[in-house]
Formats: sequence, structure tokens, C-alpha cells
Amino acid sequence: MTLDNVRKGQLIRISNIPDEETRIKAIRFGISEGEVVTCLEVVPAGPVVVSKNKQEIAIGRSLASAILVEPC
Amino acid sequence: MNRLIHYDITVGGEEVLTGSGLKAGNMVKGKKIVLAGNPNVGKSALFNILTGLYVDVSNYSGTTLDMACGRYNGDVIIEAPGVYGLSSINDEEKITRDIILAADIVVNVINSLHLDRDLFFTLQIIDMGIPMVIALNMTDEAVQRGLGINIRLLEELLGVPVVSIAAVRGIGIDELKKKIYTARPGHAHFQPIEKINKMLHRMNRREALLVIEGDTELSECYGVKPGTDREAIYRARRERVNQIVAQVVREINKDAGIAARLGNWMLLPVTGFPLLALTLWAVYKLVGVFLAQSVVDFTGDVMNGYYEPAVRSLLSGIMSPEGVLYTILAGQYGVLTLTVTYLIGLLFPLVLGIFFVLSILEDSGYMPRIATLLDRALTGIGLNGQAVIPLLLGFGCVTMACITTRILGSDRERRIAVFLLALGIPCSAQIAIITAVLAGSGALYMLLYVLFMLGIVLCAGTLLKRFLPGRPFPLLIELPPLRLPGVQNVCQKAWGRSYQFIKEAFPIFAMGTLLLGIFDAYGFLHELQRLLAPITVSWLHLPEDVADIFIMGFIRKEFGAAAVLNLQMLPLQKFIVMLTLSLTVPCIASAMVIFKERGWREGLLIWAVVFILAFLIGGLATRLLEIWLA
Repeated sequence: MTLDNVRKGQLIRISNIPDEETRIKAIRFGISEGEVVTCLEVVPAGPVVVSKNKQEIAIGRSLASAILVEPC
Repeated sequence: MNRLIHYDITVGGEEVLTGSGLKAGNMVKGKKIVLAGNPNVGKSALFNILTGLYVDVSNYSGTTLDMACGRYNGDVIIEAPGVYGLSSINDEEKITRDIILAADIVVNVINSLHLDRDLFFTLQIIDMGIPMVIALNMTDEAVQRGLGINIRLLEELLGVPVVSIAAVRGIGIDELKKKIYTARPGHAHFQPIEKINKMLHRMNRREALLVIEGDTELSECYGVKPGTDREAIYRARRERVNQIVAQVVREINKDAGIAARLGNWMLLPVTGFPLLALTLWAVYKLVGVFLAQSVVDFTGDVMNGYYEPAVRSLLSGIMSPEGVLYTILAGQYGVLTLTVTYLIGLLFPLVLGIFFVLSILEDSGYMPRIATLLDRALTGIGLNGQAVIPLLLGFGCVTMACITTRILGSDRERRIAVFLLALGIPCSAQIAIITAVLAGSGALYMLLYVLFMLGIVLCAGTLLKRFLPGRPFPLLIELPPLRLPGVQNVCQKAWGRSYQFIKEAFPIFAMGTLLLGIFDAYGFLHELQRLLAPITVSWLHLPEDVADIFIMGFIRKEFGAAAVLNLQMLPLQKFIVMLTLSLTVPCIASAMVIFKERGWREGLLIWAVVFILAFLIGGLATRLLEIWLA
């Protein structure tokens, strides 16, 4: 499953982030592969907002569709 | 080849840091204390308190694009740009890297609400072995949001002093001042140490760590291969951060609270667009109605009724009212009359209002949420939601906004954003004049103006997206917690920026009026008007004297626009002048910034294209509207 298909409120584990630059940027934001995050909001046709602890991150739709996740 | 960024920092005329990262700061008196941390953690606020200087403070990432520098107890405090880590991903990181490589002490400012994000950078500095003290900021907010942080345990795990502060309220500052000089290197992670030790004969430990983490620029400097362990080290570091956070942070209260709920409403189109519309309506009421009409009427009356007659009567006591000097100083384009009246009576209240609104939007944390809400719409013009920040700031000052385009993720986006700013975003001063001029022509022209500008921006963006090489850069931003903006910071910031604006505009304005006055007094103006007649009269269907407006517009657009108020024209002609002027590059300052940000070649190209487009569209709009309104 990709991140753009996640429902609001769902708990998910990030399993793969495709490109290295994004991966490095995401690790610094606190989200790395294997991390469990909550889907806080899905803006229709827009970005997906995920949160870990108090940290909220908005991820553009095109990027979200490239990130592999699994529900947990 | 050494390609590190070169910089020179001076405090009060004395050179503090100079050269590249490798040789930086050998000539400095006193210690170099560096304030470093993630974006939006309160470095600037702390810097202001420690040095007594004022740096812009906002609630979005990337306010400090250049470093700030000040004196503290005979030592030097340098505020580094906010970054999430050190390497050479972008210019801010390169600058911060070079500053930190030269630091004697790092004061690492971290946000209590985001320990798991901020500690990542902290651990990187600890691994570099630099003496450090941690300023744990916004602890008051953490308590409100139900977070308990065990500071003693955090000190023990990291091995460096930790001081809890709330910088904007001035809490904990005295203790921090005492502890700055007890800074010490923390407990580094064991994993990279072995590799670092092997490289210590060639470079110091700080540099060795960055080389192992694959910093290409530093590796090139030393002629070594960049390391390939970045991801492994980052992963291990992330793991260690997670463990530390799990041990020291205790959530007392999990209730999201009204701020979090409001934050969510701002993101969803169903509630987000009405909230945005409501915000824009409130802004219009404040700036477009209250300030542009009531306040400006009053200040304009004061200037016209008391100030100008006073200046004229004073001057006519010293010189003849028929003389050339009198015309230049107090005539139609008088340096002492027109300049001062426009700047103080017309522009200042409006500019202050617009910067006040922008400050509130910035400090509250609403800006990144607008970015998320509008991300989808902005992908249509080749940008992502993050571009909302420079585009919105453009309504305050295009010059400032062009500098902010640096926060955008790719060069392609910066190019598109700068072009759209140059072409289609009127700055606060222009909005002020446009509102004043078009208010007399009725609501239809206001609406037409908005539709034309919007249409032009959308068309230009779509075309750029279609034809510029490169791929779109997806949105990836953090949403800071919503907070009530501090009254003091908002006022200070709005005042500071407006003052700066007027200070910068005054000499240019005065020079412009002086030039126009001299031209007028010696009859050059008529010559120029005649030369430009093919464009103004034949192409744009305007009276001949409109030429001075365009000539002045070269210097500063709102100055040219202001002169429209003095000319007798039909509503349609006023509209065409406003439209054409809005479309050209705002002022000399913004043109200079565009050249600086984009390089001379691209800058000149942008400037020329914008200019040609402006007159082309102006002429087409004239014909279109003449047919439509006939």
C-alpha cells in the first residue's frame, strides 16, 4: 500500500521511501523507514499529514504515492 | 578545488569571522559562541535577548537566511541559519556547517515539543565533539500541552548541560548565561569513532565526521573520497534519539486541545477555504477599508492641510516662489512636499498594516497550513504549497519575498516563484496606491484588476510549468504548533519592517522627485514624453504626460503609480496604467535582488521578459476592454 491510500486516523509503518534525498530529509524530520506514524489528515487530492508524537509533517500527494507503508 | 562558501562577518566594524570553513576565524578576539538548532526553535528570540539586537522572529522555518552576529561579554555570538542537520544539501546547511566547524561553544537551541526531531541535530554536533550547552526552549508551552521532560536525565544521557528556558518570555535566561561557559563535549555515539580516529592525522574530528557522512565539499577540500556510511549513521542516530525521547519525555495529558483541532480545520478544504476566506476578508476590512480609507484620509488631510502649506509658507519666506529651486523643493513634484506626503501620509499607514497582518500569519503558524491547503492548487503552476510563503510575503514586499524563495526545494521552483513575483504580485506600496486610484473608479475596475492579475499569474505559471525543464518538487514540510502570536513580537516586527521600508524608500523617492522636478523645470520631460508617445499614446491609448509615470516607475513603481492621482484620466485609462505598472518589476531594489538571486543573465532575462509582457498585455487589455465597454 502507498501512503496516499491511507485513511485518516490510521496507524501505519513506513516501509519504503524511494529516493535518497527525500529519505535523508525525512529521517531528520523524525520519520525513517520502519517508523510507526499516525495519519492525521488527508487533504482531498492534496497532501497527507502524518504525525509522530507532537511532530506534524505534510507530504505532497505525488511524494505520498511513492512511499510504501503497511497498516499496523 | 576549495568550493566552500566564503563569508566575512563583522561586529561594529571589527572582523570576526572570515574566509572559508577551513580557515575561519583565526583572527578572532574572544570565544565564538554559536546559536544553532532546527528552524523555528527560537534561536532569533534568544539571540535578541543575549545581544540586545533585534532579528526578525517568526513562526515558520527559514527566517534567518543569513547569519546574525553580536557581542556578548567580550565574546562573539553568531546565530546560524536553522537546519535539520549538517552537510551540504543546501546553502543554509553549508553556511551553518562552516560556522559550526569554527565554533568554540555551541548553544544548541531545541524545541521542547519536538525533542525527537531536534535531538537528531544535537547528536550530530555531539558526535563532532564540540563543547555544547543545550537551551531547552518553549518549556512553558510543553507544560501547557501536557509534556513532562526529565531534564536531569537528559543531561546525563547526552553528557552536556541542559537549561530549560522560554526565550520569548525571558524565563531561564539568567541560568543559561551562567551555564554557557560550562559547555562541554557530550557522549558521542561509539559507532563512527573508530573511523574518525583513522582520519585525525589529516583533519580534525569535526570535519572527519562530516567526511564520513559523505559531505562532498569537505572531502574534495582534503582530496579524500566522501564516506558512504551516511544512511547507516543517520539510522543509528535516529534510533538513539528515539530511545532518549522514550526515556525523558512523559505525556501527562493526551488531549489534543482546541489549538490542535483548529489546526486540523485549517488543513481540510471544507473548513480550510472558509477559514482562509474569513482571514482574507478580515485583512481586507483592516487594510483595504479601515487603513486605506479612514486612516489614509485623515493622514492625507493632515499632510495636505497643515504640513504642505507650512513648508510652502516657510520656503516662500526664504526664496521666490517663481524660482527653479522653489519648484524643485515645493512644486508639483516637490521633494519636501510630494515625497513626504506620499511616504508618511499614504504609504506608511498601509505598509504598517500589511506587515502587521503578515507578522500575525507568520507567528501563529497559519502560514504552513495555508501551504498544505493550497498545495494542490499550486502544483498547477509548477510550484508546491511551500511557495505560498514567498508569494504571500510578496504582497508585503517583493524584494523580501524574492529572498525568501531560497526556502523552496529546487532551483526550478525558485525560478518560477521569482518570475511570478516579478510579474504578477503587487507589493504593499503598490496595493496601497492601486486601492487609492481604483477606489474612485468603482468596484468593477477593482474586480477587473484582481481577475486580470490572477489570470496572468495562472497563465504564466502554467506555461512555465509546461516549458521549463526539470520535474516538480513535492511538498515535505513540518507544521509548527498553532500558537497565539505575542503582541510585542508582532508589533516589533511590523514596526521594524515598515521603518526599514520607509527608510529605504525615502532616498529613492526623494531622488525620483528631484529628478522629475529638475526635468520638469528645464523642459526635458516634454522631450521624453514625445519619445515615448508611440508606446503611451498609440499602443496604450493614454495621454502623453503618462510617460512620467512610467519613467518614475523605473525607479520605484509605487512612486509612478502615486503620480496617477494627479493626472486627469478616464477610469479605463487609469486602470490600464495600474495594470501595466503592476506587471513590471516593482522597484530598483527588487530588480537588484532578482539579479543577485538568479544571476545577471537569468535576472536580466526575467526583467526583460516581464517588461515586454507588461506592455504587451497592457495594450491587449486596452483593446479588449474598449470593445467590451463600448
